[in-house]
Amino acid sequence: MTESLLTVEGVHAHYGHIAALKGVDLTVRRGEIVALIGANGAGKSTLLMTVCGRPRASGGRIQFDGEDITRLPTFEIVRRGIVQAPEGRRIFPRLTVLENLQVGATPAEAAHFEQDLERVYALFPVLAERRRQRGGTLSGGEQQMLAIARALMARPRLLLLDEPSLGLAPLMIQQIFRVIADINAQGMTVLLVEQNAYHALKLASRAYVLAAGKVILSGGGAELLADPQVRAAYLEGGQPTAKPVG
Amino acid sequence: MAYFLQQLINGVTLGMIYGLIAIGYTMVYGIIGMINFAHGEIYMIGAFIAVIAFGVIGVLGISFVPLALLIVLIVTMVFTAAYGWTLERVAYRPLRDAPRLAPLISAIGMSFFLTNYVAIVQGARVKPLQPVIRGDFIVYDDGVFSVHLTYVQMLIWTLTLVLMAVFAYLIGRTAFGRAQRCVQQDRVMAGLVGIDVDRTIAATFVIGAALASVAGMMVALYYGVVDFFMGFLAGIKAFTAAVLGGIGSLPGAILGGLLLGLVESLWSAYFSIEYKDVAAFSILVLVLIFRPTGLLGRPEVEKV
Ligand SMILES: Nc1ncnc2c1ncn2[C@@H]1O[C@H](COP(=O)(O)OP(=O)(O)O)[C@@H](O)[C@H]1O
Ligand SMILES: [Mg+2]
Repeated sequence: MTESLLTVEGVHAHYGHIAALKGVDLTVRRGEIVALIGANGAGKSTLLMTVCGRPRASGGRIQFDGEDITRLPTFEIVRRGIVQAPEGRRIFPRLTVLENLQVGATPAEAAHFEQDLERVYALFPVLAERRRQRGGTLSGGEQQMLAIARALMARPRLLLLDEPSLGLAPLMIQQIFRVIADINAQGMTVLLVEQNAYHALKLASRAYVLAAGKVILSGGGAELLADPQVRAAYLEGGQPTAKPVG
Repeated sequence: MAYFLQQLINGVTLGMIYGLIAIGYTMVYGIIGMINFAHGEIYMIGAFIAVIAFGVIGVLGISFVPLALLIVLIVTMVFTAAYGWTLERVAYRPLRDAPRLAPLISAIGMSFFLTNYVAIVQGARVKPLQPVIRGDFIVYDDGVFSVHLTYVQMLIWTLTLVLMAVFAYLIGRTAFGRAQRCVQQDRVMAGLVGIDVDRTIAATFVIGAALASVAGMMVALYYGVVDFFMGFLAGIKAFTAAVLGGIGSLPGAILGGLLLGLVESLWSAYFSIEYKDVAAFSILVLVLIFRPTGLLGRPEVEKV
């Protein structure tokens, strides 16, 4: 078994008085894709944000590559290699596509910039065409590509993706998932939040199911995909490809 | 015609001074959404530091004027920037996540504090500055009236244009400028790409203070006097300029400053000098009625 890169232990998080995470345990090992699924409001986005220190964990411990990062400021966490393409994409709307990629490269060494830029342009050729355009003028799918590309420019050691397929056309969803599989095959560790549970579980080596701020289930991707409880709650209905397997 | 030309020259000079101060208001507003009411006092402190620095230069016997100006310029910018940095650190950063009213009250408090601090430390009387640069040349003469452009005015124009160019390059083309714009557009996301948000905000105060201090130094050279209360009206004027141009917009700050300077100067020349401030603020009211976001301001649609 490979050693763990990210360890979340008993983590709590609050927004004011509202508890959004109530003692979450989760690990991500080097080279894995770990999926995090759960209903709306379960706390998935909060967990990704808490790993990045916003909100700060109000209890528990977060370790990255053996170092306790629970109390570090966000930019320090990011500079250690945890990079997020957050919920809602959060492209800088009045920066050009190229500028968005430049700020994405903030934690990386400047010497890698040109090479990394070529790499993300190869992954998403449309971004190269639109490099001088303002981020806010891109379509939803293009913004999602830019959000992922911007994260890759940082040379992450752990990539956090929050609902990368949300609101995209089926063809675009396929493309995004193919890219995730590709970059993982090249060695990138990924923690993937998805409401598109079928795709996520197919792709993931392991997965966690979150409900009301707690992990209620975890296991191998294929295992959860076959789990009747998971099927009933997160797969049945909306997924035409999710035919019964067992 | 000649008289009008003279008013234009005077108005542009005044407008550049307002513009330099207005940049500080607009940048701080852009990045933390707050009006820094102590910014006028930062400008006033800049003017005092410049006068003191000229005094020290005189004692040291540096008589080569360009060198003296350069030294005073650097000293003024550095020391005033330190005040700007401290102001942010002491009065605003601890209130970063407090309700909006709290930093506003803190800003007004700092404004009073700095005014009184200078009144106590430097005395409440006006402080004169011996003319450093004398002379002018005649741009135009129609036989009745001759139009003068003083060397001080030329210095103000040159310095302002150089600073604006450097500043535009800094914001538009450098990594710091990009970080600054990121923090303006989405502070949380700026953190998520690895930008040190606190340091970027502090740097914004430092730059705003440095620019205002140059305005202070220029005013000291232009009028030859400074006093502890000069930050009040200049601050309000520059704030007006920033709002006129569209608060948050950098070109707007400069445009607003120039407009305000011209209105004041032309109004004083052709109507009545007593009512020049009324005229200036009336323009503001009119613009805000027809363009609530100011001349170059963006409507707040992208804010989440
Ligand atoms: N900024 C916020 N302020 C207050 N409550 C929030 C905020 N963000 C999320 N919440 C609440 O925290 C809970 C978890 O939300 P979230 O992490 O966004 O869930 P998910 O990503 O699984 O849909 C929800 O009850 C949500 O209403
Ligand atoms: Mg979410």
